[in-house]
This record gives sequence, structure tokens and C-alpha cells, in this order.
Amino acid sequence: MAISWYRYASPATFLPVAERLAPAFAVAAALLALAGLYVGFVVAPTDATQGEAYRIIYIHVPTAWMAMFVYLVMAFWSALALAFNTRLSAMMAQALAPSGALMAFLALWTGAFWGRPTWGTYWAWDARMTSTLILLFLYFGVIALRNAIDDPRRADRACAVLTLVGAVNVPIIYYSVRWWNTLHQGASVSTAGSSMATTMLTGMLLMSLAAWMWCIAAALWRVGAIILERERGAAWVDALPAAKGAS
Amino acid sequence: MSAYAFYVGMSYGACAIAIVAEALMLRARRRRARAEAKA
Repeated sequence: MAISWYRYASPATFLPVAERLAPAFAVAAALLALAGLYVGFVVAPTDATQGEAYRIIYIHVPTAWMAMFVYLVMAFWSALALAFNTRLSAMMAQALAPSGALMAFLALWTGAFWGRPTWGTYWAWDARMTSTLILLFLYFGVIALRNAIDDPRRADRACAVLTLVGAVNVPIIYYSVRWWNTLHQGASVSTAGSSMATTMLTGMLLMSLAAWMWCIAAALWRVGAIILERERGAAWVDALPAAKGAS
Repeated sequence: MSAYAFYVGMSYGACAIAIVAEALMLRARRRRARAEAKA
């Protein structure tokens, strides 16, 4: 059975889908996080060199990965919005920005609290950390730019351009540990394999999946609200039972 | 764990607070959007 994707490009069609799917992704995130925390704190052994401080990896790496990934997804929706002038694509990009900013902030925060016991400092102007800080500022910039422009369609276009220009920072973050001598360690997981113990890797991947599921749930809930905010007054919104009933 | 409890606790604690805050803010925004759509 072929799916008509164009049908779901309509906010009116997508809203009920988003509201149905979001709770399922949130439950999946909670279950995966519980499993990841169990593996990370109970099953995985203490690290030989870093001791218990290494357990920050189960929250630091997933948030750092999601900060970059969410930005790339935002850039994808922004490109679609610019190319096809689709409202829902811009709304998706708008919905992702706060979650991406949160992930970038948490990556920096947990990195600081991991850096202090292992490197002796909360912060260094190292290429990986600085480029991740720039990513956080890019998220803030996109959110601020949208709030600064009254016309939503103009804001969509301006934010899409800024998002696409800023996307160049993502490969810089990823390759920073190869291009420059950084205090930050190189990648423990790559397409070539992993240098981590299996239990540690399992815990980290479970937590990464949890972070991924949460970002999807949050984006779907947020885009639902954005749709209602931006389509207010439309006949289809007035006809929505969800809009008429109690929350 | 005790030597590193502060660092691990600050990391996980901040994440828990942030996720709960995001969930609560999302719920409030959705409720407001629905109420305004109804008005």
C-alpha cells in the first residue's frame, strides 16, 4: 500500500498523526532510558582509568549526538521549506530548535562536569567544545530570529537560511578532534567500530536511542502546538474536537 | 562512586530537571494553544 506523503504535508492532516505518535515515542524514550541507566550503572563495570566519573558518558554522548543530529534534521526541514514553500516543513524546523538547544546545553553541561575530574577543568577553549558552544548559539540565534519577525512566513524563510548556513558547523564539530589537537578525546564509536567494552557501548546506545525518541516526542508535541497557534481561525481548527475539548 | 558523586549527580540531575521542565512547558504550551484555538 503506497503512502501519500503529500497528504501529510498538510498541517490539518499531520496534527492528529503527531498527537497520536508523540506519547508512544515518549513511552519508548522512558523505557529505553530505564534500560540504558540499568546497563550503565548496574551492569557496566567501573572504568579502569577514569573510575566512576566515566558514567557521565551515558548522558554526555547521547546529548552531544542529538545536538548535532537535531540540527541536521532542522536543516533538512529548512531546505524543504525553502525549496517547496511548505508550511509544515518550516513548522517542523521551528519545533526542533528548542529541543536541539536543550541537547546542546546538556552536552556542554555534562561535558564540563566530566572534564573537571578527568582534565582538571570545567572548560577549555578547545575546538570540540568551542564548536559545540557555537552550535548552542546557532540554536539560540534561530529561536531569537523567529521571535524577532512578526510575519511567520518571513520568519520561516529567514530561519531556514540561517539554519542552512549554520549547518556547516556540524561537520566542524564532528571532525574537530581530527583536524586540531584537542583536549577532548577522539571518537570512541565510528563506522570502523568501537573502542569501548560491549556493556558500556550497549548502555550508551540505549541512552542515545532514548534521547532520540524523546526529541521526536517533544518535536511532535511542539509542532502540534505550533500548528494550532499558526492556523488559529482556520475552519479546520474550529472543527477539531481536540481544540474544542478540555486538554 | 563517592569521589565522583558530585559530578555524576550534577550531570544526571541537570538532565532530569531539563527533561521534566521541557515536558511541563510543552504541556502548558499545548494547553494554551488549544484554549486559544477554542476562543
